[in-house]
Amino acid sequence: MERNPLRRQLQIMRKSLFDQGYLDEQFVQLEELQDDSNPNFVEEVVTLYYRDSARLILNIEQALERKPYNFHKLDAYMHQFKGSSSSIGAKKVKAESTLFREYCKSGNGEGCMRCFQQLKKEYATLRKKLEAYFQVARQAGPMETACRPK
Amino acid sequence: MNSSSGKTYMSTSNCSTGRKAGDAAAAAADQFPVGLRVLVVDDDPTCLMILEKMLRTCLYEVTKCNRAETALSMLRENKSGFDVVISDVHMPDMDGFKLLEHIGLEMDLPVIMMSADDGKHVVMKGVTHGACDYLIKPVRIEALKNIWQHVVRKRKNEWKDFEQSGSVEEGDRQLKQSEEADYSSSANEGNWKSSKRRKDDEDETDERDDTSSLKKPRVVWSVELHQQFVAAVNQLGIDKAVPKKILELMNVPGLTRENVASHLQKYRLYLRRLSGVSQHPSNLNNSFMSPQEATFGPLSSLNGLDLQTLAATGQLPAQSLVTLQAAGLGQSTGKSGIPMPLVDQRNIFSFENPKIRFREGQQHVNNNKQMNLLHGIPTTMEPKQLAGLHHGAQSMGNLNMQVASHGSQSSQNNPLLMQMAQPQVRGQMLNDTSLGHAPRLLAPMGQPILSNGVAANVSTRNGIQENIRAPSYNPVSQTSSMLNFPMNHASELPRNSFPLGSTPGISSLTPKVAFQEDVNSDIKGSVGFLPSYDIFNDLNQHKPQNWELQNVGMTFDTSQHSNSLQGNLNHAHSVLVQQGFSSGQVNGQNRSATVVSKAMFSSGDSTGHVNAQNGNQHLNSLLVDSTVRVKSETPTNLYPDDFGQEDLMSALLKQQDAMAPAEHEFDFDGYSLDNIPV
Repeated sequence: MERNPLRRQLQIMRKSLFDQGYLDEQFVQLEELQDDSNPNFVEEVVTLYYRDSARLILNIEQALERKPYNFHKLDAYMHQFKGSSSSIGAKKVKAESTLFREYCKSGNGEGCMRCFQQLKKEYATLRKKLEAYFQVARQAGPMETACRPK
Repeated sequence: MNSSSGKTYMSTSNCSTGRKAGDAAAAAADQFPVGLRVLVVDDDPTCLMILEKMLRTCLYEVTKCNRAETALSMLRENKSGFDVVISDVHMPDMDGFKLLEHIGLEMDLPVIMMSADDGKHVVMKGVTHGACDYLIKPVRIEALKNIWQHVVRKRKNEWKDFEQSGSVEEGDRQLKQSEEADYSSSANEGNWKSSKRRKDDEDETDERDDTSSLKKPRVVWSVELHQQFVAAVNQLGIDKAVPKKILELMNVPGLTRENVASHLQKYRLYLRRLSGVSQHPSNLNNSFMSPQEATFGPLSSLNGLDLQTLAATGQLPAQSLVTLQAAGLGQSTGKSGIPMPLVDQRNIFSFENPKIRFREGQQHVNNNKQMNLLHGIPTTMEPKQLAGLHHGAQSMGNLNMQVASHGSQSSQNNPLLMQMAQPQVRGQMLNDTSLGHAPRLLAPMGQPILSNGVAANVSTRNGIQENIRAPSYNPVSQTSSMLNFPMNHASELPRNSFPLGSTPGISSLTPKVAFQEDVNSDIKGSVGFLPSYDIFNDLNQHKPQNWELQNVGMTFDTSQHSNSLQGNLNHAHSVLVQQGFSSGQVNGQNRSATVVSKAMFSSGDSTGHVNAQNGNQHLNSLLVDSTVRVKSETPTNLYPDDFGQEDLMSALLKQQDAMAPAEHEFDFDGYSLDNIPV
């Protein structure tokens, strides 16, 4: 167990993110890519993700304002979004994306709308949690910020 | 390999990126796969960043790119600068599959597709387009660790193809060069990849000298460029076409007289081969000639004739071809008169190199079976087909045109048509009956080998496109009659629609015309005619793209594919023709054809989808790989090696050209080779 309280806290936060299903195995892949040459790699990727995906979220929102829905387009946007989200291991967000696409395929506009609202919530929640996590990580120091027990 | 040194490289992994290509290459060669040069293309910046990091961790040298167009130009500028490409499927500026095709055609690099989409049809698309692997996102580093295997495999296949192709010695030379080149600057050689294809003797040497001697920037003889070239040559008249004038006419900035000169050399060779007058011991002439003499017995003669026409694409006076065709056609039930428009000259040209098997094929062309020698005489061609052929022929110049149009054709047999294959396939394949799918594809070879029945099944889509693409070589066109590869002429070959199917997806169009002698008996798919023509019907879907790409790859990529393709196509064509004709073994024929085309067409399938895989420049590999064994056992099936595939191809192409460049429209679906009683 980490003696350093910050590191301990970090570990707890991390575990919780996984246990509650916010993150999946892909996040671990990112963590493993982090090394001395890229000590903040994970944070950088997540930051990039949030910046880029904001654009996609906006596109979808705008598309949902136009009736009738262009499901094909919505599906395409969501496909992109899903790909991005899955690459950082955003599990819940990814699940909502999949659901959204299902609704698109079946032409269920209502379902799309509802699903999208939920997706945005998950998306925002994850962001907050990760921001907090990285903050502690930075404070805890470069070492073992997100390492799984060796 | 210093695999163990991997760890030590950890810290220096970033350094490698800074190294020059040459150094990196050298280093890479020693520590393969360390230093493998990867180009990753993805519009998603998050994924791109992660992939880059993962690849770096694998100690690869990574270049990332967020736009397909940028990636393509990067690749074009530095063909030998990368070993493998990883690309996303869904991108805003260009479809990933399209990029895949381009790369395959022009650079012949292994391409790995990736997507969050794991639906079966998408993955299948990847396969049919020639992707060597398909990764599902999110990608794990483990999946990336082994991508080097694709590089090795491809290289291995290339060599193999090369060996199998006609000119072994050429191949050896090439191989050596390629081998040395290895990662690195495969150099000038690489440019054309002609090494593989070049079978021609003296020209080869010259070419090689041209390309390999100085470190000239590679010129990619894209379809468009080749079309321009062909147009210029036609304008001047093949006899009067001199590099300087051609250059002026083409008016392409950056193109040098030397580039044109060497390209012209190849082209001439190709034509020569087509006309059967090749200096090479193309038995094509013989083969062709004989058929002529022979009664155009429904199948046999036609085949032979076709060959001739093919061979003679350039040389045979149109009249002879016409005669042949007429003869053939007359006899043939006219069904297959699908006068596949001779493939554009271009096609022919592309086939030039492959002088491969085409020869063989040609001999077999004697399919005496009812091959409709449609040498360009679209006698029996169904109007549609003809139209298509013409279309094709015309569009040959436009490579893409045809392809696209054909693409739509459901030509099952498309594969045969392999774009490369100069229309030979097409026309011919269409042999009456089955013209349905007229393997028009084959025809694309410069000589629209109107494989009359053969192409039938060839998904015209593909094939036709090809044909269309075939460079409209005028000379060839005349022969248009020529190539009507009487392939399945009359005979119900249509079935053959290149079902070469066995080799679905002949990806490498490498005309390797590996048609090898084996063709005779079983048309092995070595036909590398069509540059990776996937005979898959699926291709049809891509038609426009497929064809274009395919065609492009095939015929046009003169640098290498085309030649090979052409050769292959021809070869294949012959095969097809033969196949189809001889005994109307449609299937068999198709096989052959496909086989041939396989290489190009990815024959094999009866679906005739010839996917000219992205231009694998190694058509050769296709040929070799075609496992289509032509059952048609008729000896005539496979054109004897004599038949230069190229000739055949050219013939086919020519025919195609003549036939109907616009074949695309052919809906060869109608022709189902199934009708052909084998």
